[in-house]
Amino acid sequence: MATAQQTKLRWGELEEDDGEDLDFLLPPRQVIGPDENGIKKVIEYRFNDDGNKVKITTTTRTRKLANARLSKRAVERRSWPKFGDAVHEDVGSRLTMVSTEEILLERPRAPGSKPEEPKAGGDSLAQLSKGGAVLMVCRTCGKKGDHWTSRCPYKDLAPQAEGFVDKPSAVSEATNAASGASKGAYVPPGMRAGAERTGSDMRRRNDENSVRVTNLSEDTREPDLQELFRPFGAVSRVYVAIDQKTGMSRGFGFVNFVNREDAQRAINKLNGYGYDNLILRVEWATPRAN
Amino acid sequence: MRPILMKGHERPLTFLKYNRDGDLLFSCAKDHTPTVWFADNGERLGTYRGHNGAVWCCDVSRDSMRLITGSADQSVKLWNVQTGEQLYSFNFGSPARAVDLAVGDKLAVITTDPFMDSPSAIHVKQISRDPSDQTGESVLTIKGPQGRINRAVWGPLNKTIISAGEDAVVRIWDSETGKLLKESDKESGHKKTITALSKSTDGSHFLTGSLDKSAKLWDARTLTLIKTYVTERPVNAVAMSPLLDHVVLGGGQDASNVTTTDHRAGKFEAKFFDKILQEEIGGVKGHFGPINALAFNPDGKSFSSGGEDGYVRLHHFDSDYFNIKI
Repeated sequence: MATAQQTKLRWGELEEDDGEDLDFLLPPRQVIGPDENGIKKVIEYRFNDDGNKVKITTTTRTRKLANARLSKRAVERRSWPKFGDAVHEDVGSRLTMVSTEEILLERPRAPGSKPEEPKAGGDSLAQLSKGGAVLMVCRTCGKKGDHWTSRCPYKDLAPQAEGFVDKPSAVSEATNAASGASKGAYVPPGMRAGAERTGSDMRRRNDENSVRVTNLSEDTREPDLQELFRPFGAVSRVYVAIDQKTGMSRGFGFVNFVNREDAQRAINKLNGYGYDNLILRVEWATPRAN
Repeated sequence: MRPILMKGHERPLTFLKYNRDGDLLFSCAKDHTPTVWFADNGERLGTYRGHNGAVWCCDVSRDSMRLITGSADQSVKLWNVQTGEQLYSFNFGSPARAVDLAVGDKLAVITTDPFMDSPSAIHVKQISRDPSDQTGESVLTIKGPQGRINRAVWGPLNKTIISAGEDAVVRIWDSETGKLLKESDKESGHKKTITALSKSTDGSHFLTGSLDKSAKLWDARTLTLIKTYVTERPVNAVAMSPLLDHVVLGGGQDASNVTTTDHRAGKFEAKFFDKILQEEIGGVKGHFGPINALAFNPDGKSFSSGGEDGYVRLHHFDSDYFNIKI
């Protein structure tokens, strides 16, 4: 096909002409192999953009990893005919499904951190625990020695504290609250000593040190965020909002840090950071209005 | 990881078992049909029809040709794994609870529940190579423990039988004479019903799970307590990784309370613990009811859990699971 002619033609016709040319002018596609090493050669001919005929040789190597460790008997069993109720199974019965949800092995504490560290949470509380008087006092519900404020299951029931800043006065508040709770205050049955604590993590959502990440690309998954935020410090939770219907990311997520300073550093560093062709917006997550 | 969900059972799962090669997964449930699945993609291979009651336990021979199932219909059946054909049925006067094939697949230990006036018992049966020679006579019958015997397995070299059940005591019996050799200590042992027992790959130690919200690791010869794993839920199922020093505990609040509380409160995750440090590594969520059965693939790269919700969830681990550091 001459180039001069091409310029006159409209693109629609051009496409058709090309198709015809390909059909009978080019030698057929050749496949060689795969040989014993799993190497396969595919030789194809086609026209390049300038209308010249080019030969394209693709060499691929296939490696069988899965079959290598399967025993002969197991491979045989693979071809066993179905029996019992499985015989009449129609294709659409969908007995076996792959979960639409990504399930992670949820670590009880951030990977890489020492057992005591995350529990010590706010710095002022860490001091308190070193003092040795009370080991763990929850500032929200005032329960001693059961959980830290950040893990308080009754957070939502308590009056919202102003922001989530660890104020220096937290120590005195905590002790006050604790002593207040020990005398007189109503203790729900589930929280009384010796009660079966079945409902303890019903409301277990840690809003503290939570960072909102928006303008994420649709391909971003939780492990990616984890990887991105992990260098700033111990991460306790990573969540990417997924559209239930489409299974696609909705473009935002949350990352919870164990330490507030780490979160602040992550915000300073990553806000405006170009990630996967989009510019991230990283900010403190505003606590949910109750 | 994205688990594979298998919804072949209409009733709660009771037991899961991989064959030795790890390519087949057998599941038992309170519906009457044990099912076999391909362990890689979760495809159903077949079902074993013939039981008339909940199936509590199963075991598969080393060559993956014979399946033995114990059921509440007071029978224990032998099956051809490939065709689903029933080869033999041992009949008892009470529901069968646990079955385990001995090394060599020539003997099977079966436990039966207390029923009417007969107490619970451990039976040892001979398994013939040729199903036409199979007889139903017991080689040995052991009676003595009170309450159900939830699990009985063979000890090292088939010399002993290890049993555990409702009386919270682990016992080691002589498999020749039926004499009680060892009994777990009341002080250090479990406080409530033992629901699960799982041997390590080499059979040197085993793990028991109990409703007292703990699991304990024992030496299979001396019955010394090695480790205790404490969790906040009743334990219904235990499994040990053949690859890493991990143990998995499954359980959750009693099935009768499930509908009354939020599903997050039920603690239906499978909890991973470090076998040596006894520290929790993490949890795998997903079931909507207590976990009744857990099994590790013999290659240690996947595990499956069966729940009261009727689902089997087959988890192939992500690569980062293998380098978890405590």
